[in-house]
Amino acid sequence: MFSTVLLPLSEIGGGIYLGWGRFLIQFGNLIVIVVMLALFALALVLPFPGTKRPK
Amino acid sequence: MTTRESDREPQGDASDSSWTMWARRWVLKHLPPEKLLPDGQPSYVASWIYVFGMGAIASLIYVVASGLVLSLNGPAWYHVSSLGRFVNSSHLWSVELFFMTMVVHLWGKYWMAAWRGGRVLTWITGVISFAVSIVAAFTGYLLQTNFDSQWIAFQAKDALNAVGIGAWFNVANLGQVFMWHIVLLPLAVAAIVALHVLLVRMHGVVPPLEVAASDAQLRADSPAGTDTTIGGGAR
Repeated sequence: MFSTVLLPLSEIGGGIYLGWGRFLIQFGNLIVIVVMLALFALALVLPFPGTKRPK
Repeated sequence: MTTRESDREPQGDASDSSWTMWARRWVLKHLPPEKLLPDGQPSYVASWIYVFGMGAIASLIYVVASGLVLSLNGPAWYHVSSLGRFVNSSHLWSVELFFMTMVVHLWGKYWMAAWRGGRVLTWITGVISFAVSIVAAFTGYLLQTNFDSQWIAFQAKDALNAVGIGAWFNVANLGQVFMWHIVLLPLAVAAIVALHVLLVRMHGVVPPLEVAASDAQLRADSPAGTDTTIGGGAR
């Protein structure tokens, strides 16, 4: 009986949290932010296919 | 009752004053076919930073399509069956992709001051669509019907009551939240995004800051030899 109750309770953990001082962030949210920053930076530097860089 | 032949003839002045003629003239003036469905784009659009708006629209199309499948089959399907859980998960992940591409699109447009050249309303509709999308996603998280959604609703009710809208937007009322999520908010997001895209078509894609001088889309009488289009399209 306890196992059926404890199983769902074990699945509602809040995930991994990373903290530096007063700053606290969930690991999943940090990944999303880092991916967005990487996409933004790559979009600025990577050449677009099929185009020549203007002189 | 008979109709005279002269009554059937088109009345030039009368048709000019009708709302349909006014609307036709307005649409053709502000959004002619060559702007609505262009055959070329300025050369500066050939950059990855201009891809994310379209990426957000593609994600939104999958969000709506998967949402339609979920709504047609119902919670008993998407909470239990393997295929239902897969579609439910893909609905969530397409929302994640929608917000990620939309945020990168927002950063790109912010740093190139995309409200330049009469594009203020385009910028504002983008901001509104972002805000409405957040509310739509919020109602989606409430519909998980698990401990997470119960926790989110319990926290959110205090904020919504504090600003005085808890009676109309009651996060503890699952049926109401369901209708917000699958009817009202998708319609609102779709309408605002459609208006946003039409405004982009009307005013053209904003040029980067360094090539603002070549923003020929706003100048009907651009001098010869300054055509910066790709695809060979006449503008």
